[in-house]
Amino acid sequence: MAENHTTATDKTVPYSTGDSKITDATIAEMREIAARYPVARSALLPMLHLVQSVEGRVTPEGIEACADVLGLTGAEVSAVATFYTMYKRRPVGDYHVGVCTNTLCAVMGGDLIFDRLKQHLDVGNDETTEDGKITLEHLECNAACDYAPVMMVNWEFFDDMTPESATQLVDDLRDGNEVKSPRGATICTWREAERVLAGYADGRADEGPTGGKATLAGLRLARERGWTAPGGSSNADTQKED
Amino acid sequence: MADTLTPVLSDNWDQIRSWQLSSYQRSGGYDALRKALAMQPADVVATVKDSGLRGRGGAGFPTGMKWSFIPQDNPKPKYLVVNADESEPGTCKDIPLMLASPHTLVEGVIIASYAIRASVAFIYVRGEVLHVVRRLQQAVQEAKDAGYIGQNILGSGYDLDVVVHAGAGAYICGEETALLDSLEGRRGQPRLRPPFPAVAGLYGCPTVINNVESIASVPVIIKNGADWFSSMGTEKSKGMTLYSLSGHVTRPGQYEAPMGITLRELIDLAGGVREGHELKFWTPGGSSTPLLTSEHLDVPLDYEGVGSVGSMLGTKALQIFDDSVCVVRAVLRWTEFYKHESCGKCTPCREGTWWLVQILERLEHGKGTEEDLVTLLDLCENITGRSFCALADGATAPIASSIAHFKDEYLAHFENGGCPFDPMASTVFATAGASA
Ligand SMILES: Cc1cc2nc3c(=O)[nH]c(=O)nc-3n(C[C@H](O)[C@H](O)[C@H](O)COP(=O)(O)O)c2cc1C
Ligand code: SF4
Ligand code: FES
Repeated sequence: MAENHTTATDKTVPYSTGDSKITDATIAEMREIAARYPVARSALLPMLHLVQSVEGRVTPEGIEACADVLGLTGAEVSAVATFYTMYKRRPVGDYHVGVCTNTLCAVMGGDLIFDRLKQHLDVGNDETTEDGKITLEHLECNAACDYAPVMMVNWEFFDDMTPESATQLVDDLRDGNEVKSPRGATICTWREAERVLAGYADGRADEGPTGGKATLAGLRLARERGWTAPGGSSNADTQKED
Repeated sequence: MADTLTPVLSDNWDQIRSWQLSSYQRSGGYDALRKALAMQPADVVATVKDSGLRGRGGAGFPTGMKWSFIPQDNPKPKYLVVNADESEPGTCKDIPLMLASPHTLVEGVIIASYAIRASVAFIYVRGEVLHVVRRLQQAVQEAKDAGYIGQNILGSGYDLDVVVHAGAGAYICGEETALLDSLEGRRGQPRLRPPFPAVAGLYGCPTVINNVESIASVPVIIKNGADWFSSMGTEKSKGMTLYSLSGHVTRPGQYEAPMGITLRELIDLAGGVREGHELKFWTPGGSSTPLLTSEHLDVPLDYEGVGSVGSMLGTKALQIFDDSVCVVRAVLRWTEFYKHESCGKCTPCREGTWWLVQILERLEHGKGTEEDLVTLLDLCENITGRSFCALADGATAPIASSIAHFKDEYLAHFENGGCPFDPMASTVFATAGASA
């Protein structure tokens, strides 16, 4: 069975033609990713993230590169790539802007925020602005419901949004102003974010706080009231963030 | 009696740079690892069993028992897989935990791996949380540099590798067997069981899959003992846990309390339901758990308590909706989610969720009939228990429960010729006038 190679194949992959930006260095990184796993095929999802970081989307060349490195067919890789919503067939802008419209965020304002942004940017769902800067998409629950309504820019949290703060945010992104996630780092480009998801750290883990107000709501109340688990807390009296 | 709130997992979240190794160690981090490595692996399993810890990913399966199913006489490699896919609508506990204190998880991963004698552990984290991925990557690297991961850990002779693996957006990959297929580089579709993952999991090898919060609870159980853990909670639901309040409460967020606290107490701690409004409906553990109402404010939030009123504790994702919210709109949106996330493997779910959306849309827009409600319930019966995995059961939960509790509101939609609610009134930015 082709997919049961335990290591990456050593077939050479000539990808210097056309518009593709996949180079020998990309192929070398793909092999490096494959080497992290006991069975190389496990590397396919991170490898597709790497393709997006290089190409700005999943390209046919990217699919063939993954297939060759893993000893799969292009069809097998395509079947995987089309299953997952984070993999994009059309070029994504510098900033992927997501608005959570799952039920809780929707009723808390996500629906109205998404409508406002569609108007403001003059795009529909999963479309990119003409200047190529912003791709707008509605999202399912992003595990931040205690900060509803929630937006994500390049998969960084933007909490407690309103239509006004949402339009301000996309204007800042378009104008090239520095934008920081309230629970994350300074916003990088979508391609740079995809590279981190492929497993290449970008040294930004220390940016941002431990958590936002909602994350700490219960803990702060417990501190105020002197509540602890049996045996007490080893942290209650030490120096705090903020 | 333990205090009302009992921060344990969240206890270091207010410390300076709590996500770094140095900060974690100042709070006593990795003491439990040293203790565990001095124990026999089987004794680590026994301690977790005795603590009464039950899986925090939704089903509440006893964690120590799951570990004991790993056949140690099987010569194949063994694996630990952490389910950090957190995508069940409403669920928002694992992500803040990993953001604030990734080492709590990493220490748990090493101890759990040692207990089941795994050679490699994987943390499968959903891809849509960039900063969490960064902090996990850094924590694993710090642990490697400190000698907690790698060859001959702290001189114990035990070797372990840990891989942080980012997913790519698919709710179904939270289902444990779909997660395994996804981790093997395939489409995330559930597998037939048996064989169970403990026997034939990742690459056909014995595998334990646990939720983030389950694994993160392990270090403190080893450190303080099984009795300490089981001194909190109720008879069959032991320990402390993260309850996540979201929606129409004054101070939404994470509240760590002993198992069995009630929603009445939690809402009170969170400053009450949004001012000028009343509680209408809520989910005890994400959108796949049947809706409850203000009748259920005093139900103990443990596995048995919530089960006794026809719902499930699930992930303890308490989504609070007040009287400004249309239940039909809420249920339609969840149903659209399930339709989108159905993996397509089996017909009742793939086709059924599509039909559910068609009918609910009609109802929400005031074009339905009473007969549609009958059809809807009939469809739900044909989907629940007849599909390949629990995603489909989750899809029908909000529908059946909302019709049971709010049939009149469904009727009002077609009597009214449309939705009687103002969508502005439920938002956080509704003006005082609009929300009154
Ligand atoms: C559709 C579906 C989605 C799920 N999503 C998650 C998830 O995101 N995280 C999780 O830990 N468990 C999830 N589960 C439950 C897992 O299948 C599994 O029971 C759990 O990871 C086991 O861990 P535990 O025993 O520690 O709770 C999901 C189950 C289903 C059916
Ligand atoms: S129930 Fe739905 S998600 Fe589960 S296997 Fe069937 S189609 Fe896939
Ligand atoms: S519903 Fe929007 S983050 Fe959960």
